[in-house]
Amino acid sequence: MSEKKPRVVCYLNQFFGQIGGEDKADTPPHIEMKAVGPAGALDTELGDVANVVATVICGDNYINEKDKAYSQVADLINSAEPDLVVAGPAFNAGRYGMACAKACEVAGEELNIPAVSGMYEENPGLDPAKRYAYIVPTPDSAAGMRKALPQMAGLITKILKNEELGPPEEEGYFPRGQRKTLFADKRGSLRAVEMLLKRLAGEDIETELPMPVFDEVEPAPAVREINKSTVALVSSGGIVPAKNPDSIESASATKYGRYSLKGHNDMRQLDYRSIHGGYDSVYANEDGNRVVPLDVMRELEERGEVGKLHDYYYVTTGTGTSVANAKKMGEDIAQELKDSGVQAVILTST
Amino acid sequence: MAKEIDRIGIPVVQLCSITTIARSVGANRIVPAIAIPYPAGDPELEGSEERDLRKELVKRCLTALESDVETVTEF
Repeated sequence: MSEKKPRVVCYLNQFFGQIGGEDKADTPPHIEMKAVGPAGALDTELGDVANVVATVICGDNYINEKDKAYSQVADLINSAEPDLVVAGPAFNAGRYGMACAKACEVAGEELNIPAVSGMYEENPGLDPAKRYAYIVPTPDSAAGMRKALPQMAGLITKILKNEELGPPEEEGYFPRGQRKTLFADKRGSLRAVEMLLKRLAGEDIETELPMPVFDEVEPAPAVREINKSTVALVSSGGIVPAKNPDSIESASATKYGRYSLKGHNDMRQLDYRSIHGGYDSVYANEDGNRVVPLDVMRELEERGEVGKLHDYYYVTTGTGTSVANAKKMGEDIAQELKDSGVQAVILTST
Repeated sequence: MAKEIDRIGIPVVQLCSITTIARSVGANRIVPAIAIPYPAGDPELEGSEERDLRKELVKRCLTALESDVETVTEF
Protein backbone atom coordinates (compact mmCIF):
# COMPACT_ATOMS: atom_id res chain seq x y z
CA MET A 1 0.00 0.00 0.00
CA SER A 2 2.34 2.69 -1.15
CA GLU A 3 0.54 4.92 -3.63
CA LYS A 4 -2.51 6.89 -2.73
CA LYS A 5 -5.66 5.88 -4.52
CA PRO A 6 -7.00 8.45 -7.00
CA ARG A 7 -9.84 10.58 -5.71
CA VAL A 8 -13.15 10.71 -7.56
CA VAL A 9 -15.84 13.32 -6.84
CA CYS A 10 -19.38 12.63 -8.06
CA TYR A 11 -22.00 15.20 -9.01
CA LEU A 12 -25.65 14.24 -8.47
CA ASN A 13 -29.00 16.04 -8.56
CA GLN A 14 -31.45 16.28 -5.66
CA PHE A 15 -33.20 13.08 -6.68
CA PHE A 16 -30.19 10.78 -6.98
CA GLY A 17 -28.55 12.69 -4.14
CA GLN A 18 -31.42 11.43 -1.97
CA ILE A 19 -32.70 14.82 -0.88
CA GLY A 20 -36.07 14.64 -2.57
CA GLY A 21 -38.09 15.08 -5.76
CA GLU A 22 -39.29 18.13 -7.66
CA ASP A 23 -40.09 19.97 -4.43
CA LYS A 24 -36.34 19.99 -3.68
CA ALA A 25 -35.22 21.06 -7.16
CA ASP A 26 -34.37 24.52 -5.79
CA THR A 27 -31.80 23.16 -3.32
CA PRO A 28 -28.43 24.99 -3.47
CA PRO A 29 -25.33 22.82 -3.87
CA HIS A 30 -23.64 21.13 -0.93
CA ILE A 31 -21.02 18.47 -0.49
CA GLU A 32 -21.04 15.23 1.45
CA MET A 33 -17.67 13.65 2.14
CA LYS A 34 -18.91 10.22 1.17
CA ALA A 35 -20.35 8.36 -1.79
CA VAL A 36 -24.12 8.95 -1.88
CA GLY A 37 -26.63 6.81 -3.83
CA PRO A 38 -25.31 5.79 -7.26
CA ALA A 39 -21.92 7.22 -6.28
CA GLY A 40 -21.75 4.42 -3.71
CA ALA A 41 -22.47 1.80 -6.35
CA LEU A 42 -19.83 3.38 -8.56
CA ASP A 43 -17.34 3.29 -5.70
CA THR A 44 -17.95 -0.45 -5.40
CA GLU A 45 -17.49 -0.89 -9.15
CA LEU A 46 -14.20 0.97 -9.01
CA GLY A 47 -12.86 -1.40 -6.34
CA ASP A 48 -9.14 -0.85 -5.86
CA VAL A 49 -8.82 1.60 -8.73
CA ALA A 50 -10.13 4.71 -7.02
CA ASN A 51 -12.19 6.05 -4.15
CA VAL A 52 -15.29 8.16 -4.46
CA VAL A 53 -14.32 10.60 -1.73
CA ALA A 54 -17.19 13.04 -1.98
CA THR A 55 -20.56 13.72 -3.59
CA VAL A 56 -21.68 17.19 -4.63
CA ILE A 57 -25.45 17.46 -4.74
CA CYS A 58 -27.46 20.30 -6.26
CA GLY A 59 -31.09 20.83 -7.25
CA ASP A 60 -31.75 20.70 -11.00
CA ASN A 61 -33.61 24.01 -11.03
CA TYR A 62 -31.03 25.79 -8.88
CA ILE A 63 -28.05 24.95 -11.06
CA ASN A 64 -29.91 25.81 -14.26
CA GLU A 65 -31.50 29.03 -13.04
CA LYS A 66 -28.89 30.69 -10.83
CA ASP A 67 -25.85 32.31 -12.36
CA LYS A 68 -23.78 31.83 -9.23
CA ALA A 69 -24.46 28.07 -9.16
CA TYR A 70 -21.56 27.25 -11.47
CA SER A 71 -18.91 28.82 -9.25
CA GLN A 72 -20.52 27.36 -6.13
CA VAL A 73 -20.41 23.86 -7.61
CA ALA A 74 -16.85 24.48 -8.83
CA ASP A 75 -15.70 25.50 -5.34
CA LEU A 76 -17.30 22.45 -3.74
CA ILE A 77 -15.84 20.00 -6.28
CA ASN A 78 -12.44 21.63 -5.97
CA SER A 79 -12.52 21.46 -2.17
CA ALA A 80 -12.49 17.66 -2.31
CA GLU A 81 -9.29 17.68 -4.41
CA PRO A 82 -10.47 15.27 -7.09
CA ASP A 83 -8.35 13.55 -9.72
CA LEU A 84 -11.47 12.90 -11.79
CA VAL A 85 -15.09 14.08 -11.77
CA VAL A 86 -18.08 11.88 -12.46
CA ALA A 87 -21.44 13.51 -13.29
CA GLY A 88 -24.72 11.63 -13.30
CA PRO A 89 -25.52 9.43 -15.17
CA ALA A 90 -28.41 11.65 -16.29
CA PHE A 91 -30.14 9.26 -18.74
CA ASN A 92 -32.71 11.36 -20.66
CA ALA A 93 -33.33 13.98 -17.95
CA GLY A 94 -32.76 17.28 -19.72
CA ARG A 95 -32.16 19.60 -16.78
CA TYR A 96 -29.98 17.02 -15.07
CA GLY A 97 -28.04 16.56 -18.31
CA MET A 98 -27.39 20.30 -18.52
CA ALA A 99 -26.33 20.23 -14.86
CA CYS A 100 -23.93 17.36 -15.52
CA ALA A 101 -22.50 19.34 -18.45
CA LYS A 102 -21.69 22.14 -15.99
CA ALA A 103 -19.99 19.72 -13.59
CA CYS A 104 -17.96 18.36 -16.53
CA GLU A 105 -17.07 21.90 -17.52
CA VAL A 106 -15.79 22.52 -13.99
CA ALA A 107 -13.50 19.51 -14.37
CA GLY A 108 -12.27 20.36 -17.85
CA GLU A 109 -12.14 24.11 -17.72
CA GLU A 110 -11.38 25.01 -14.08
CA LEU A 111 -9.52 22.00 -12.68
CA ASN A 112 -8.03 20.56 -15.82
CA ILE A 113 -8.88 17.01 -14.86
CA PRO A 114 -10.83 14.35 -16.76
CA ALA A 115 -14.57 13.87 -16.38
CA VAL A 116 -16.93 10.99 -17.13
CA SER A 117 -20.71 11.02 -17.40
CA GLY A 118 -23.51 8.92 -18.84
CA MET A 119 -26.45 10.14 -20.93
CA TYR A 120 -29.09 9.04 -23.39
CA GLU A 121 -28.25 10.09 -26.94
CA GLU A 122 -31.06 12.67 -27.08
CA ASN A 123 -30.18 14.38 -23.80
CA PRO A 124 -29.67 18.09 -24.52
CA GLY A 125 -26.75 18.01 -22.06
CA LEU A 126 -24.77 15.67 -24.28
CA ASP A 127 -23.58 18.34 -26.67
CA PRO A 128 -22.22 20.81 -24.12
CA ALA A 129 -20.82 18.00 -21.93
CA LYS A 130 -18.88 15.99 -24.49
CA ARG A 131 -16.44 18.84 -24.99
CA TYR A 132 -15.19 18.26 -21.47
CA ALA A 133 -15.98 14.64 -20.74
CA TYR A 134 -16.25 11.08 -21.89
CA ILE A 135 -19.97 10.38 -22.01
CA VAL A 136 -21.13 6.78 -21.92
CA PRO A 137 -24.35 6.09 -23.88
CA THR A 138 -27.12 5.00 -21.50
CA PRO A 139 -30.76 3.95 -21.89
CA ASP A 140 -33.32 6.75 -21.53
CA SER A 141 -34.35 6.01 -17.94
CA ALA A 142 -32.73 5.28 -14.60
CA ALA A 143 -33.67 1.63 -15.10
CA GLY A 144 -30.40 1.56 -17.04
CA MET A 145 -28.30 2.42 -13.99
CA ARG A 146 -26.96 -1.11 -13.60
CA LYS A 147 -25.75 -1.12 -17.17
CA ALA A 148 -24.35 2.40 -17.10
CA LEU A 149 -22.22 2.24 -13.95
CA PRO A 150 -19.94 -0.68 -14.95
CA GLN A 151 -19.36 0.98 -18.32
CA MET A 152 -18.49 4.26 -16.68
CA ALA A 153 -16.26 2.47 -14.18
CA GLY A 154 -14.45 0.74 -17.06
CA LEU A 155 -13.69 4.04 -18.72
CA ILE A 156 -12.66 5.68 -15.44
CA THR A 157 -10.27 2.80 -14.76
CA LYS A 158 -8.57 3.20 -18.11
CA ILE A 159 -8.30 6.96 -17.70
CA LEU A 160 -6.90 6.80 -14.17
CA LYS A 161 -4.40 4.11 -15.14
CA ASN A 162 -3.29 6.31 -18.01
CA GLU A 163 -4.10 3.59 -20.49
CA GLU A 164 -4.57 4.81 -24.02
CA LEU A 165 -8.23 5.15 -24.96
CA GLY A 166 -9.28 3.83 -28.33
CA PRO A 167 -11.81 5.46 -30.63
CA PRO A 168 -15.33 6.10 -29.28
CA GLU A 169 -17.01 3.18 -31.02
CA GLU A 170 -14.51 0.73 -29.52
CA GLU A 171 -14.44 2.12 -26.00
CA GLY A 172 -18.13 2.94 -25.76
CA TYR A 173 -18.39 6.68 -25.40
CA PHE A 174 -19.93 9.39 -27.56
CA PRO A 175 -17.58 10.87 -30.17
CA ARG A 176 -16.09 14.08 -28.82
CA GLY A 177 -15.20 15.65 -32.13
CA GLN A 178 -11.50 15.32 -31.36
CA ARG A 179 -8.95 14.06 -33.84
CA LYS A 180 -5.99 11.96 -32.94
CA THR A 181 -2.81 11.48 -34.95
CA LEU A 182 -2.17 7.90 -35.91
CA PHE A 183 -0.09 6.01 -38.42
CA ALA A 184 -1.82 4.28 -41.32
CA ASP A 185 -0.21 1.69 -43.59
CA LYS A 186 -1.16 3.61 -46.70
CA ARG A 187 -0.78 7.29 -47.44
CA GLY A 188 -3.82 9.54 -47.76
CA SER A 189 -3.87 9.85 -51.54
CA LEU A 190 -3.87 6.09 -51.93
CA ARG A 191 -6.67 5.67 -49.39
CA ALA A 192 -8.73 8.36 -51.11
CA VAL A 193 -8.35 6.74 -54.53
CA GLU A 194 -9.23 3.33 -53.09
CA MET A 195 -12.32 4.81 -51.50
CA LEU A 196 -13.31 6.41 -54.78
CA LEU A 197 -12.85 3.15 -56.67
CA LYS A 198 -14.97 1.32 -54.11
CA ARG A 199 -17.63 3.94 -54.43
CA LEU A 200 -17.64 3.72 -58.22
CA ALA A 201 -17.98 -0.03 -57.89
CA GLY A 202 -21.04 0.52 -55.73
CA GLU A 203 -19.41 -0.93 -52.61
CA ASP A 204 -19.87 0.40 -49.09
CA ILE A 205 -17.28 2.85 -47.93
CA GLU A 206 -16.46 4.07 -44.45
CA THR A 207 -15.54 7.71 -44.26
CA GLU A 208 -12.48 8.66 -42.19
CA LEU A 209 -14.08 11.94 -41.20
CA PRO A 210 -17.84 11.88 -40.64
CA MET A 211 -19.43 15.28 -41.14
CA PRO A 212 -21.85 16.47 -38.48
CA VAL A 213 -25.46 16.65 -39.63
CA PHE A 214 -27.12 19.97 -38.92
CA ASP A 215 -30.82 20.58 -39.13
CA GLU A 216 -30.96 24.32 -38.77
CA VAL A 217 -34.16 26.13 -39.50
CA GLU A 218 -34.05 29.68 -40.82
CA PRO A 219 -35.95 32.09 -38.59
CA ALA A 220 -39.36 32.90 -40.06
CA PRO A 221 -39.71 36.53 -41.09
CA ALA A 222 -41.00 38.89 -38.40
CA VAL A 223 -44.62 39.96 -38.22
CA ARG A 224 -44.98 43.50 -39.49
CA GLU A 225 -47.91 44.67 -37.40
CA ILE A 226 -48.45 42.60 -34.31
CA ASN A 227 -51.41 44.83 -33.42
CA LYS A 228 -53.20 43.48 -36.48
CA SER A 229 -51.98 39.89 -36.26
CA THR A 230 -53.38 36.72 -34.76
CA VAL A 231 -51.08 35.34 -32.10
CA ALA A 232 -51.37 31.82 -30.67
CA LEU A 233 -50.15 30.45 -27.36
CA VAL A 234 -48.38 27.10 -27.37
CA SER A 235 -46.81 25.44 -24.34
CA SER A 236 -44.79 22.41 -23.38
CA GLY A 237 -45.81 23.05 -19.75
CA GLY A 238 -48.52 20.39 -19.56
CA ILE A 239 -51.48 22.62 -18.54
CA VAL A 240 -54.63 20.73 -19.56
CA PRO A 241 -58.32 20.51 -18.54
CA ALA A 242 -58.43 18.87 -15.13
CA LYS A 243 -59.65 15.54 -16.45
CA ASN A 244 -56.90 15.43 -19.07
CA PRO A 245 -59.44 14.45 -21.77
CA ASP A 246 -56.80 13.55 -24.35
CA SER A 247 -54.78 11.46 -21.88
CA ILE A 248 -51.58 13.34 -22.60
CA GLU A 249 -48.68 11.56 -20.92
CA SER A 250 -46.99 13.32 -18.00
CA ALA A 251 -43.59 12.42 -19.46
CA SER A 252 -42.29 11.17 -22.82
CA ALA A 253 -45.36 12.61 -24.50
CA THR A 254 -46.64 11.30 -27.82
CA LYS A 255 -49.73 13.51 -27.87
CA TYR A 256 -50.69 17.15 -27.70
CA GLY A 257 -53.96 18.88 -26.92
CA ARG A 258 -55.80 21.83 -28.38
CA TYR A 259 -58.04 23.62 -25.91
CA SER A 260 -60.36 26.58 -26.30
CA LEU A 261 -59.65 29.95 -24.74
CA LYS A 262 -62.75 31.51 -26.26
CA GLY A 263 -64.53 33.79 -23.81
CA HIS A 264 -61.91 33.32 -21.09
CA ASN A 265 -59.68 36.03 -19.70
CA ASP A 266 -57.74 34.22 -17.06
CA MET A 267 -56.42 30.66 -16.68
CA ARG A 268 -57.70 30.70 -13.11
CA GLN A 269 -61.31 30.73 -14.38
CA LEU A 270 -60.69 27.40 -16.04
CA ASP A 271 -60.54 24.10 -14.24
CA TYR A 272 -57.11 23.31 -15.62
CA ARG A 273 -54.07 21.75 -14.02
CA SER A 274 -50.56 20.73 -14.85
CA ILE A 275 -49.97 17.08 -15.62
CA HIS A 276 -46.28 17.69 -16.38
CA GLY A 277 -44.07 15.17 -14.59
CA GLY A 278 -40.86 17.16 -14.92
CA TYR A 279 -41.39 20.14 -12.62
CA ASP A 280 -43.11 20.95 -9.36
CA SER A 281 -46.62 21.87 -10.51
CA VAL A 282 -47.71 23.65 -7.29
CA TYR A 283 -47.20 27.15 -8.73
CA ALA A 284 -48.75 26.32 -12.10
CA ASN A 285 -51.82 24.82 -10.42
CA GLU A 286 -52.15 27.88 -8.19
CA ASP A 287 -52.20 30.16 -11.24
CA GLY A 288 -52.08 28.71 -14.75
CA ASN A 289 -51.25 32.15 -16.20
CA ARG A 290 -47.72 31.53 -14.93
CA VAL A 291 -47.32 28.96 -17.70
CA VAL A 292 -49.97 30.01 -20.25
CA PRO A 293 -50.09 33.83 -19.98
CA LEU A 294 -53.75 34.15 -20.97
CA ASP A 295 -54.59 37.05 -18.64
CA VAL A 296 -52.08 39.51 -20.06
CA MET A 297 -52.61 38.35 -23.64
CA ARG A 298 -56.31 39.23 -23.27
CA GLU A 299 -55.44 42.59 -21.79
CA LEU A 300 -53.03 43.36 -24.63
CA GLU A 301 -55.67 42.22 -27.12
CA GLU A 302 -58.26 44.52 -25.55
CA ARG A 303 -55.83 47.43 -25.60
CA GLY A 304 -55.15 46.80 -29.27
CA GLU A 305 -51.49 45.91 -28.77
CA VAL A 306 -52.15 42.43 -30.15
CA GLY A 307 -54.50 41.97 -33.10
CA LYS A 308 -56.18 38.81 -31.84
CA LEU A 309 -55.40 36.00 -29.49
CA HIS A 310 -56.02 32.72 -31.31
CA ASP A 311 -59.07 30.91 -29.92
CA TYR A 312 -57.14 27.78 -29.06
CA TYR A 313 -53.89 27.04 -27.32
CA TYR A 314 -51.80 23.96 -27.97
CA VAL A 315 -50.07 22.02 -25.24
CA THR A 316 -48.02 18.94 -24.51
CA THR A 317 -45.55 17.91 -21.83
CA GLY A 318 -41.94 18.52 -22.67
CA THR A 319 -39.98 16.14 -20.48
CA GLY A 320 -38.18 13.09 -21.75
CA THR A 321 -40.02 13.58 -25.04
CA SER A 322 -38.16 11.92 -27.88
CA VAL A 323 -36.91 14.16 -30.66
CA ALA A 324 -38.91 12.13 -33.19
CA ASN A 325 -42.18 12.64 -31.28
CA ALA A 326 -41.46 16.30 -30.62
CA LYS A 327 -40.81 16.82 -34.31
CA LYS A 328 -44.00 15.04 -35.33
CA MET A 329 -46.12 16.99 -32.84
CA GLY A 330 -44.39 20.21 -33.88
CA GLU A 331 -45.16 19.57 -37.55
CA ASP A 332 -48.83 18.83 -36.85
CA ILE A 333 -49.26 21.84 -34.57
CA ALA A 334 -47.49 24.11 -37.09
CA GLN A 335 -49.77 22.91 -39.89
CA GLU A 336 -52.93 23.45 -37.82
CA LEU A 337 -51.77 26.92 -36.82
CA LYS A 338 -51.04 27.81 -40.41
CA ASP A 339 -54.40 26.49 -41.60
CA SER A 340 -56.15 28.60 -38.95
CA GLY A 341 -54.39 31.75 -40.12
CA VAL A 342 -52.18 32.22 -37.06
CA GLN A 343 -49.41 34.73 -37.83
CA ALA A 344 -47.18 34.49 -34.77
CA VAL A 345 -46.65 32.16 -31.82
CA ILE A 346 -45.54 32.52 -28.21
CA LEU A 347 -44.24 29.16 -26.98
CA THR A 348 -43.74 28.81 -23.24
CA SER A 349 -41.56 26.05 -21.81
CA THR A 350 -41.10 24.88 -18.26
CA MET B 1 -41.89 22.40 -31.66
CA ALA B 2 -40.39 25.90 -32.05
CA LYS B 3 -38.37 24.64 -34.96
CA GLU B 4 -41.30 23.19 -36.87
CA ILE B 5 -43.39 26.33 -36.37
CA ASP B 6 -40.50 28.41 -37.70
CA ARG B 7 -40.01 25.97 -40.56
CA ILE B 8 -43.58 26.42 -41.77
CA GLY B 9 -43.00 30.16 -41.86
CA ILE B 10 -44.74 31.39 -38.71
CA PRO B 11 -42.44 33.42 -36.45
CA VAL B 12 -42.25 31.90 -32.96
CA VAL B 13 -40.66 33.10 -29.76
CA GLN B 14 -39.79 30.65 -27.00
CA LEU B 15 -40.19 31.88 -23.43
CA CYS B 16 -38.12 29.53 -21.30
CA SER B 17 -35.69 29.37 -18.41
CA ILE B 18 -32.96 27.05 -19.67
CA THR B 19 -32.16 29.09 -22.75
CA THR B 20 -29.21 26.82 -23.53
CA ILE B 21 -31.65 23.98 -24.23
CA ALA B 22 -33.76 26.22 -26.48
CA ARG B 23 -30.58 27.15 -28.35
CA SER B 24 -29.46 23.57 -28.71
CA VAL B 25 -32.79 22.42 -30.13
CA GLY B 26 -32.76 25.24 -32.66
CA ALA B 27 -35.15 27.96 -31.45
CA ASN B 28 -34.36 31.24 -33.17
CA ARG B 29 -36.16 33.83 -31.01
CA ILE B 30 -35.74 33.34 -27.26
CA VAL B 31 -36.91 35.32 -24.23
CA PRO B 32 -35.37 34.19 -20.92
CA ALA B 33 -38.13 33.32 -18.43
CA ILE B 34 -38.38 33.64 -14.65
CA ALA B 35 -38.04 30.03 -13.50
CA ILE B 36 -38.68 26.48 -14.66
CA PRO B 37 -41.96 25.86 -12.77
CA TYR B 38 -43.29 29.39 -13.51
CA PRO B 39 -41.82 30.81 -16.72
CA ALA B 40 -44.34 33.69 -16.86
CA GLY B 41 -44.82 34.51 -13.19
CA ASP B 42 -43.28 34.72 -9.77
CA PRO B 43 -45.21 33.44 -6.76
CA GLU B 44 -43.09 35.59 -4.46
CA LEU B 45 -44.57 38.80 -5.86
CA GLU B 46 -47.89 40.42 -5.00
CA GLY B 47 -50.74 39.71 -7.44
CA SER B 48 -50.51 42.97 -9.39
CA GLU B 49 -46.71 43.02 -9.40
CA GLU B 50 -46.65 39.48 -10.72
CA ARG B 51 -49.05 40.43 -13.47
CA ASP B 52 -46.90 43.44 -14.40
CA LEU B 53 -43.88 41.18 -14.61
CA ARG B 54 -45.78 38.78 -16.85
CA LYS B 55 -46.94 41.66 -19.04
CA GLU B 56 -43.38 42.84 -19.45
CA LEU B 57 -42.27 39.35 -20.48
CA VAL B 58 -45.11 38.94 -22.97
CA LYS B 59 -44.37 42.38 -24.43
CA ARG B 60 -40.77 41.34 -24.85
CA CYS B 61 -42.07 38.27 -26.72
CA LEU B 62 -44.10 40.54 -29.00
CA THR B 63 -41.03 42.65 -29.69
CA ALA B 64 -39.15 39.47 -30.61
CA LEU B 65 -41.93 38.47 -33.02
CA GLU B 66 -41.74 41.89 -34.66
CA SER B 67 -37.98 41.70 -35.08
CA ASP B 68 -36.28 40.14 -38.07
CA VAL B 69 -33.39 37.95 -36.95
CA GLU B 70 -30.65 36.26 -38.93
CA THR B 71 -29.72 33.70 -36.33
CA VAL B 72 -30.60 32.69 -32.77
CA THR B 73 -31.30 35.84 -30.76
CA GLU B 74 -32.20 36.45 -27.13
CA PHE B 75 -34.48 39.34 -26.32
